[in-house]
Amino acid sequence: MLSALLVMAALAIVLGAVLGFAAIKFHVEGNPLVDKIDAILPQTQCGQCSFPGCKPYATAIAAGEADINRCPPGGVEGIQKLADLLGVDFKPFGGDTAAPKPKSVAIIDESTCIGCTLCIQACPVDAIVGAAKQMHTIIAAECTGCELCVAPCPVDCISMQVIEEKISNWKWKYPVYSLVTAQ
Amino acid sequence: MTEYMLILISAVFVNNVVMVKILGLCPFMGVSKKLEAAIGMGAATTFVLTLGSGSSYLINKYLLGPDLSYLTTLSFIVVIAGIVQFTEMVVQKTSPPLYQILGIYLPLITTNCAVLGVPLLNVQLKHNFMESLIFGFGNALGFTMVMVLFAGMRERMEGADVPAIFKGSAIAMVTAGLMSLSFMGFSGLIK
Repeated sequence: MLSALLVMAALAIVLGAVLGFAAIKFHVEGNPLVDKIDAILPQTQCGQCSFPGCKPYATAIAAGEADINRCPPGGVEGIQKLADLLGVDFKPFGGDTAAPKPKSVAIIDESTCIGCTLCIQACPVDAIVGAAKQMHTIIAAECTGCELCVAPCPVDCISMQVIEEKISNWKWKYPVYSLVTAQ
Repeated sequence: MTEYMLILISAVFVNNVVMVKILGLCPFMGVSKKLEAAIGMGAATTFVLTLGSGSSYLINKYLLGPDLSYLTTLSFIVVIAGIVQFTEMVVQKTSPPLYQILGIYLPLITTNCAVLGVPLLNVQLKHNFMESLIFGFGNALGFTMVMVLFAGMRERMEGADVPAIFKGSAIAMVTAGLMSLSFMGFSGLIK
């Protein structure tokens, strides 16, 4: 009886020491997976995924709290990359989640703008220039088309304009394969 | 040397731990949806099983002896749990995506019956230290091989035109059964 207790105690002590040593030696700072997911996300900080930005969304994916199909700017390609990284099945944009829209740019109707600066505060990429009581305008090249500036405008002078495909901005499309979702 | 080769081949093919002894089916069905995950699981199990076989032999021989043989199952499980915990830490540090893919199945290696079954079989078959190690490694190799083969088939099955009622787990079960049947073909290899 006593020898059995001693044997089990000795086993427990040795294993405990090994695991304690390993816990210090292989200590992981934070979650490195978050950075890998964050690198795939497009960094538009648009909030269409219902998270405040790309990093919080990446954190939520890593914690298993969010689906991978909530990032419209990343597109189908982004979902595919996330699925590959995380080893989960591809998931198309669902009905309740935001879906990608055609590329568009915000336009401020400059004659209606009252210079309230609310849209400047909303813009995540600082694509709006202007000052209080001065007319604002949008730097089209910087605008990611995230629509965050549309809601705060008190006079509704911001509209989204779809960027038409012209010879000057046309480029080769990525090859598109129709993806089958697993049952 | 021949004896070691015999143990190895017997463990990998003839008495394959999953297909013939029907042990360790949980990860076999659970982690075989993706090839990378299956390879990772096979590698983790190989590490645990080989180390577990060796250390449980030493414990059985030098710590327990004949008087305390009633402690075999208990002490083996404790050692295996310790090794699995250690493996989990190493995987989390070295490969976060693999850690994410394996998920709950990584700590569940502890309850993989193959991992406890092989050390107990070692005791039953009265293997010495070297034989125990090779037997453990061979079984793990067989496990990995079957996992990889099965994952490859399941990946192809995703694109196959399976009748609606067989979709998903059902066709996977049928495939596993057919695979097991085909492994019976090895039984004439060693007499």
